[in-house]
Amino acid sequence: MNTANQTAKIRKKITPYMYLMPTIVLMVILLVVPICMVIKFSMLDEAITSKAPSFVGIKNYVKVLTDKNFWNAAKNTMFFVLVSIVAHMVIGMVFAMVLNTRYLSSTTKGLCRVIFALPWMFTASVIAILWRLMMNPSGIINYLIVTLHLSPEGVDWLASRSVALIAVTIINIWSGYPFYMISMLAGLQGISTDMYEASALDGANGIRTFIHITLPSLKPILISLIMLDFVWTLQQFALIWMTTGGGPVGSTETIATYIYKQAFSKYKYSIASTAAVLLLIICIIIGIFYVRHQRSEE
Amino acid sequence: MVGRKKLWVKILVILILIIGTLWAGFPILWMMLNSFKPNAEIFAWPPVWISKSASFEAYIKIFHNPEQVRFFINSYVIAGIVVCLTLVVGIMASYAFSRFNFRGKEFINTVIVAVQAVPPITLLIPYLSLIVALKIYNTYWALVLTYLVFTLPYCILMTTGYFNTISRALDEAVMIDGGSRWYALWKVLVPTSIPGLVSVGMYTFMQAWNEYLFALTLTKTNEMRTVPVGINLLMGQHAYEWNQMMAMSVLGSLPILILFLFFQKYFIAGMTSGAVK
Repeated sequence: MNTANQTAKIRKKITPYMYLMPTIVLMVILLVVPICMVIKFSMLDEAITSKAPSFVGIKNYVKVLTDKNFWNAAKNTMFFVLVSIVAHMVIGMVFAMVLNTRYLSSTTKGLCRVIFALPWMFTASVIAILWRLMMNPSGIINYLIVTLHLSPEGVDWLASRSVALIAVTIINIWSGYPFYMISMLAGLQGISTDMYEASALDGANGIRTFIHITLPSLKPILISLIMLDFVWTLQQFALIWMTTGGGPVGSTETIATYIYKQAFSKYKYSIASTAAVLLLIICIIIGIFYVRHQRSEE
Repeated sequence: MVGRKKLWVKILVILILIIGTLWAGFPILWMMLNSFKPNAEIFAWPPVWISKSASFEAYIKIFHNPEQVRFFINSYVIAGIVVCLTLVVGIMASYAFSRFNFRGKEFINTVIVAVQAVPPITLLIPYLSLIVALKIYNTYWALVLTYLVFTLPYCILMTTGYFNTISRALDEAVMIDGGSRWYALWKVLVPTSIPGLVSVGMYTFMQAWNEYLFALTLTKTNEMRTVPVGINLLMGQHAYEWNQMMAMSVLGSLPILILFLFFQKYFIAGMTSGAVK
């Protein structure tokens, strides 16, 4: 009797682990092990390419952190990330607020919500090819620029050193703002109308209502959005790789394309791993803040 | 005074709607229009809006090219397997998180949330040697397994949330009637959470369908390529057959667009769960 009871107790204790087993196995093999591997690679002199690579400590880190190309990539990445986030936020907020006004019929709102959300539905390679078509020197964007007399001649968007980074940032802005818009719309719809009515009774105008009611209510959502977007944009590879490939002359090189090139065109897997570990550290720090923020919201 | 102010706000709203529609919708319209044009008219100056010789030629060419049809088959198969495996494994894990207290629960949960911040490109180099070592390089499994790492966390977090809203009394009643936990999970909890699981499934499908980096590096031959990589391959091979690339883009975007248009509510629920509490 007693032993039966004990087996039942043990069984109850191990049951949750049984349910978690597939997840744990997968996460260990494909997450924990690879992270350990990449850290190890970053401390070897010729990872993967050599049969017997030797341990070099932090030498690769010194090499990467003194590499002019790495800092150029870091600078471009910073521009790309910051401009994207601000633009995503502003466009997302404006569209969300317009879609939440009472001046529009629900049919118009529904239709516009679908159209405004569309860019989010396309995969990076489709977005890249589509914008390459539009940003072609003889493409539709240059046609509009010349016809509207904005400039006497077209711009070579993706092939000129001075505008390529701006061009890929615009593409990224286009593809990413719907995520903010949809999330903020959900947030706006959660603000009770009582608060707006109370504010209107107090004689507050639109701008004051926005600053004192709308923004504070959206703040938790905004913080989550910014952190998620930061991590996603920081590691954006596909879009840049398929539009400019990091060029011309490194003008759109980001950390992600830097890592990819070190590994797959120069076969310097140790250097690539080192940069990858640096990227991971930044992302994990933001990830920790994200986890804390999510917890505090619960 | 107030009436005039209202009018201005109304005009501003309509103006933003028009600009927004052009900004979001025009590139997509342009993609569709170009997929019906003959290649010679793509860069015509002034642009040809609706071609006099518009045709489905580009689409027909894609359907008659077995290599390109293969990209679609690969994408559907891989995304399908990823969705099924993510849901099964994720539902089991969520059940443990929702119904049990156990040692290490908090830690495992934190790891799962944090995985969403791990950049795929950091795992790429170790994956390359791991996938080769496991002898699954250039197979469906290389992509299925690596995609799971990024689809599972989201699935587990969402599904645990749904399970938490379902009363424990429900599955306890099943167990008092002599049903096992396993039975309670699949016959009671899962059917009750179908709407949530549909959102999770669609989001997972989108993640798998759209993935590019691993598909590019962990497969090699053209018959293993997925749609996102395949579209880009067309650029080199066919000396810029823009109409075909646009047709392929339209076809490659259709599954997600259809899911979005027909299941908007579920789709949006999946999209907003990351930030809206």
